Parts: sequence; structure tokens; C-alpha cells
Amino acid sequence: QSTLVIAEHTNESLTPITLNAITAAKRLGGEVSCLVAGTNCDKVAQELSKVQGVAKVLVAHHDVYKGFLPEELTPLILATQKQFNYTHICAGASAFGKNLLPRVAAKLDVAPVSDIIDIKSPDTFVRTIYAGNAVCTVKCDEKVKVFSVRGTSFEAAPVTGGSASLEKVTAPVPVGQSEWLEQKLTKSDRPELTSAKVVVSGGRGLKSGENFKLLYDLADQLHAAVGASRAAVDAGFVPNDMQVGQTGKIVAPELYIAVGISGAIQHLAGMKDSKTIVAINKDPEAPIFQVADYGLVADLFKVVPELTEALKKK
Amino acid sequence: MAALRALVGVKRVIDYAVKVRVRADGAGVAADGVKHSMNPFCEIALEEAVRLRERGAVREVLAVSCGPPACQETIRTALAMGADRGVHVEVAAPDYERLGPFQVAQLLAALARREEVDLVLLGKQAIDDDCNQTGQMTAALLDWPQGTFASALTLEPDGQWLRVEREVDGGLETLRLRLPAVVTADLRLNEPRYATLPNIMKAKKKALAVLAPAALGVELAPRVTVLRVEEPPQRQAGLRVETVADLVAKLRESGCI
Repeated sequence: QSTLVIAEHTNESLTPITLNAITAAKRLGGEVSCLVAGTNCDKVAQELSKVQGVAKVLVAHHDVYKGFLPEELTPLILATQKQFNYTHICAGASAFGKNLLPRVAAKLDVAPVSDIIDIKSPDTFVRTIYAGNAVCTVKCDEKVKVFSVRGTSFEAAPVTGGSASLEKVTAPVPVGQSEWLEQKLTKSDRPELTSAKVVVSGGRGLKSGENFKLLYDLADQLHAAVGASRAAVDAGFVPNDMQVGQTGKIVAPELYIAVGISGAIQHLAGMKDSKTIVAINKDPEAPIFQVADYGLVADLFKVVPELTEALKKK
Repeated sequence: MAALRALVGVKRVIDYAVKVRVRADGAGVAADGVKHSMNPFCEIALEEAVRLRERGAVREVLAVSCGPPACQETIRTALAMGADRGVHVEVAAPDYERLGPFQVAQLLAALARREEVDLVLLGKQAIDDDCNQTGQMTAALLDWPQGTFASALTLEPDGQWLRVEREVDGGLETLRLRLPAVVTADLRLNEPRYATLPNIMKAKKKALAVLAPAALGVELAPRVTVLRVEEPPQRQAGLRVETVADLVAKLRESGCI
């Protein structure tokens, strides 16, 4: 038994969810290898070789991996699989992993398992369905188990103490049916949403994008990331990458503060594993209060600045 | 290149507003007598196809659903929203209970070949199984490029390439895909229209073909077995606090801040 983890990275650094996927891979037992493919990813390969529990790091360089297109990465993963015969292939259940793994699975003629939250045995996985309203245990009898890993359900593997060997793999001939043009990434100095210890999220109750400043000020006092409900993203208050929920990001911080969010099940799906939940909403009937550890029924425009001030005092 | 032919998948799911209940036997969730509708992401995919046809980039929109006879209602909704023709791939119980994204991708890929379509438009995920796989696997089986989680779609002037803006974790990115291609719709691709009464009436006259999976050369072997379905751990509502000072005190007490 052996597992290949497809590393997600920016060529500059490893994306944290890869470390959660490595932990899941280690849970299976057997040797864990990582595949790093990029335009120039020696730095990331070095980083990965020190991660505890990784035995081997396979590295593939080619200009065609710009943008990490699944059309180009899939043949590389298939060639690697042919060479090493892994029993399991996984990656984080991020936009990258979700985009790539089903394509790999279909090419291997196997059905993948998405977004697992637990591993019962090497062929039995747990995942959520219906926006987290049901938990499903599935058995995968495929010859190769291909699965994506929910980052918040597995600890990050320690980034020191490992000593993996590095091995170059040859990139297959480019496919050329797709081309990566550009990205518009949201710039932020705040912690990344899915790995932050504290998350402050805003909903429709914020009424405008400008009013999110109230949340940024609060977040600055808590070293928090800022998220949003689908309603706030759909209304154009904030960009899509801030969406927390069934179809957005799944977060599970130590502290989640929901401000002006009613708490539709689709939103709860993305945050109900948070350790402590605070809800601030002027509607006492809002469903968010049913999952909140501390609920404050109040006008957010009054109490959020108050909270920010109170936190400044320490 | 002449205008494209588009295939759109429309899945019948338990309505997004229904609070689903896990069945006592642990085999699934209660679906009998529960309101069903078109998967919201499929609605967005369909709307996009209809808009492309209205702009002249697409000449025919084919709506497909795989499942029991009740799926024909979903196809009729798609026809009322503007699809030209429907195909129902009939998969009755008990096969339907074991039908997963891989088999659906096999059916859609076979149909895309048979119908000679240039564009397959699907929702990025179904809100029942939350798998987010079908589009990627359909693209793989067809050896076509994929534009998943799309938030904008434009056909380049030469008609050979599609430009797709996608929602990714850090923001947005833009790709070019050589046609034929598979695209999966994210939430902000468009806002689907409602089917109007006259269009619902017109939809009744549109063609709806019924096919068996075998007619597409697909064998529905189960791939992944559901062992059990359970209730998730429930969170209990906690305390109501009256003031910001109370809230800060509680958070400090519990070590949250």
C-alpha cells in the first residue's frame, strides 16, 4: 500500500491544505509520496522534503504547468501512477484538488470520493452530504482510491523533521487544449480564511461593501480572517473568495464571529465545526442563534464598533 | 465555425429549502413526499446555454437528466426555461440508488458523442451529494478541456476557443479552452430566469426522448457503496448575552480571546 499526495503550491510556497492531505495519507498506512509539478518548484520540493511522514518527493518542471491546468497535470499523474502503482491518490479539497482529482480518477476508470472528513480504513471514508445535514460512510472498492481531503478535518502535518528523497519525473508531451491567461487574486494582509484561528464573517446585514470596514477593524484586533455569507457575495459587497458555506470555503477556526448573517443551512455547512461561535444579529429568530455559543441580539452597526473598542483595551 | 450545439445536465434533487432528514434505517435521507426541484447549479448552467443561444453562439440546447421517470418534470422545467429538446436517460430504482457521478459522466459523455455537441454545460456540484465531480469526469472521458466553477463565459470571435473566468480559492482566473469543451457553472455565472406560464405550456410540446443506459453503451456497475447515512453531531444553542461587555467577558473567561 502506498499513497501519492498531489501537492498544491504557488511555485513560491506550499499551500497549507497539502499538509492536511499528507496527514490523511499517513492515516492510511503505507508509504507517502508527494508530487510537485510547476514551472519552477524546487523551493516547494525542498519544503515538502522536510515535512514529517513524507518518504519521497517527485518533482516535475515544465512551462506547461503554469496555472496548474488539469488537462496538463492529469497525464503527468497518470504516468507517475503507471510507474509507481499507488493504491491511493489524494489532494486537498480546494479549488485545485476538486478541479483535478475527478479528471484523474475518470482517466484511471475509477470513481473518486470527494471532500472526506474521516478515514475508517484504507477503503472506507466518511464525508458529508446535503450541506452537512447528513454524514455518509462510503466504501470504495476501486483498484486505486482517489479522494480529496477536507482541510479542517485533519491536522496539518509538521513541517520539520522529515527527510524525504527527491526524484525528478519527466513531464509528458503538452496536451495544448487549454491555456491559462491570468488571475485576479484578492490581496490581503490578513490570515488566510481556511487556516485562520479566528474568522469574522459578514452577511446581508452589513448592507454594503463599504460597511465591511467595520469587520476589518474588528478582525485587526483579533488577527482574524474575514469571510462572508453567499448573500453578501451575491450582492457584490465582497469578492467570491470570501464565501463561507456549502459551495464556498469550509472553515473551522477556534472562534467564528457571524455578523449580520441569518444562518441558512448552506452557510452553516461551512462553519459549524468552529470551536466557538458568536452570532450578532438584530433578528432574535435568526437560525444562526441555534448554533451559536454566544448570541447577541443587537444592531451590528452599534455593537461591532463597540466590540472593536472593547478589544483594544485588553 | 457554425453555432454550437450545447448539452446541459439537469439533476433532480431535493429542493434546497427542504430540511433533509436522515432515514431511520440509515440507508439515506427521506425523499418520499419531499419537494424536489432542479439542482440550483444546473439551473445556472441551463440559463447560460439559453443566453448563448439568444446571442447566436449556440444553435441548439439539449437538456438531459438521468434517473427515475420523475426526472422528466425537471426536463420539462428546463424546456420551459428555454432548452430546445430533452433527453431522459431512464435509470429506475434500485440502480438509481447506486448511480453516482462517475456513471452519470459516462452517460453524459456517451450522449455528447452521439449528439455531436460542442459544449457540455453542467452545474459545478449537486446540492444533494455535494460531490463536485461530474463535469471534470465528463471532460476526462471525452478528452475535452474543462472550465470548472465558471463565473463568466465568452466565445472567441473565431468560434474555436472559449474564454472562461473561474472562481478559485484566491479570487478569479481566466482560461482559454479549445472547443469542444466542458464547463461547470458557479453561483455567479448568471441569475436564472423563471419559467413563465406561456413557456411552461409551450414546453409541453417540445420533444423529450427517453433512452436506456444500454442504448448509450453504458453499464451501470456500482463503484462506491454507501454503508450508512447518519445525523451529524448537533450543536446546541448556547447563551444569549445582553451587552458587548458581557460578550467580551464570556470570551475572555472561556479563553477564546
